[in-house]
Amino acid sequence: MNAPIDIPLYRAAHGRTGDKGDRSNISVIAWHPALYPLLVEQVTPEAVASRFRHRAPAGVQRYLLPRLHAMNFVLDGVLDGGVNDALNLDTHGKALSFLLLDLRIRVPQDLLSLLAGSDAY
Amino acid sequence: MNSIDRPALLIGCAAGFSGDRTDAAGPVVDTLIARLQNGPVGQRAFLIFETLAERTLALAQLRRRADPEAGYEPLLDAMLRPVLARCLAHGIRIVSNFGAANPRAAARHIGRMARELGAAPPHIAVVEGDDLSAPAQLALLREQLGAQMDGIRVVSANAYIGAEPIAAALDAGAQIVVCGRVADPSLTVGPAMSHFGWRSDDWERLGRATMAGHLLECGAQVCGGYFADPGYKDVPDLEAVGFPIAEIDAEGCCTIGKADVTGGLVTEATVKEQLLYEVHDPAAYLTPDVIADISDAEVHGLGADRVAVSGVRGHARPTHYKVNVCHEGGWLAEGEISYAGPRAEGRARLAADVLKKRLADLVLRVDLIGAVSVLGDDAGRTLAATPDADLRDIRLRVAATHEDRALAERLAREVMALYTCGPAGGGGVRTALTPRLNTISCLLPRAAVPVSFARIDEEMPA
Repeated sequence: MNAPIDIPLYRAAHGRTGDKGDRSNISVIAWHPALYPLLVEQVTPEAVASRFRHRAPAGVQRYLLPRLHAMNFVLDGVLDGGVNDALNLDTHGKALSFLLLDLRIRVPQDLLSLLAGSDAY
Repeated sequence: MNSIDRPALLIGCAAGFSGDRTDAAGPVVDTLIARLQNGPVGQRAFLIFETLAERTLALAQLRRRADPEAGYEPLLDAMLRPVLARCLAHGIRIVSNFGAANPRAAARHIGRMARELGAAPPHIAVVEGDDLSAPAQLALLREQLGAQMDGIRVVSANAYIGAEPIAAALDAGAQIVVCGRVADPSLTVGPAMSHFGWRSDDWERLGRATMAGHLLECGAQVCGGYFADPGYKDVPDLEAVGFPIAEIDAEGCCTIGKADVTGGLVTEATVKEQLLYEVHDPAAYLTPDVIADISDAEVHGLGADRVAVSGVRGHARPTHYKVNVCHEGGWLAEGEISYAGPRAEGRARLAADVLKKRLADLVLRVDLIGAVSVLGDDAGRTLAATPDADLRDIRLRVAATHEDRALAERLAREVMALYTCGPAGGGGVRTALTPRLNTISCLLPRAAVPVSFARIDEEMPA
């Protein structure tokens, strides 16, 4: 019995958003090295672009940092012009890491013990 | 002592932005003093404050126009006075960009502060060359930016300059170095260059020290600040979160720790989040000093709130400086009103419809705070895709920008008018009208931006 379980990404990874101009970068850092390959496989640039479709990204670039068990996503054109131009209360897009961390991923049951938090799957 | 054999340099950071906590420096300085007293012979310590963002600098330039002795960090006195005498007494040197748009005035203020505290007059230096707002330099920028400069009213123009003039000022004996727009990591690289005697093309060491500076430059953000998420990322005593202290060795490698007797935590997770903060391509983190490369970086927890960073590399620095030009950008108008209880969301949505019809000549952003707001987009695609969930506590916010102040002001009046003309039960109207600043960027060859340092005495005229 190792059928994958559907979970929110925040149980497998943490991250932080930074901004420069109209460009946002969001780190996704595995809570455990054994979870990292799942992230590389499932948290693809396409999955992230889809997650941010309402913000119409001009591009999504993914950089891998295997020694940190981390990925860095760079999303162009998602901040409505950025800190000086956007009408959003959060002109920096500081909250966007939590939009990404709410993505659903599938985790084999033998890795469930490595997940953070304890809320429902 | 050969510089390569020198004990690790200690650099504490006591501010990560303009407006950071003014009681942060005390525990950092106490810890630096204790380490110096118990540490190896020849150990040295620095205190840095990072207080400058794009907008901060433009606002500082506006204050300087109104008052020639203003234009530096407004919290300079509150941040520095509690620790200045102790730093001077224990040989802890201070480097900061709190000079903002007027480093010389900041330096004179620090000189006066030292005298009031009964300290011997310190050797204070300012770093100059970043401010490009004089007419001749604006003409140079116009060559680069072309039509983008047409018709704009420039508020500030600054190059992100590097660590070399900081190191030179320290080499000349400065106890305090006051900068304007230097790249944030350069506040750390400058002291390390000076202390270890690195050349300005020692890319590997400069790259490593740059990432140490990058980890320090946001203050508490590497010590559990901006990290806590209950049940997932728990942080002890967040209300007293400590600020970071880096130990940088002669190779530029660093160990990140934090001030003693403070809250927060330094773990591999906090260091990884900050290492990637505001990084784009991890192989090319561009600064005026070096192109740092963290693609093979590693972090190792040493326990007791200490994490070692290794594997950082460096490549030859960019040939150009990045320049930001801030200009006036019209007016931002915002208005808010709350609806609560049964059908609150429906009433808030109706109020938004009323405002859109009444303000058809403005492009309105609508937030339903409590249903969909900061994760939404200005064009309203997220809101349009969010069905009415009959939520019972909604704060409606609308925002728009316009060149014409009178038109922007109409938004505030229309939100106010919802009291009597809008849906039932709206309350708590707040409105704001804010002048906006916009930024354009370009690159200038380094040779076009001469940088220097100068010693400042309190008596010197403005």
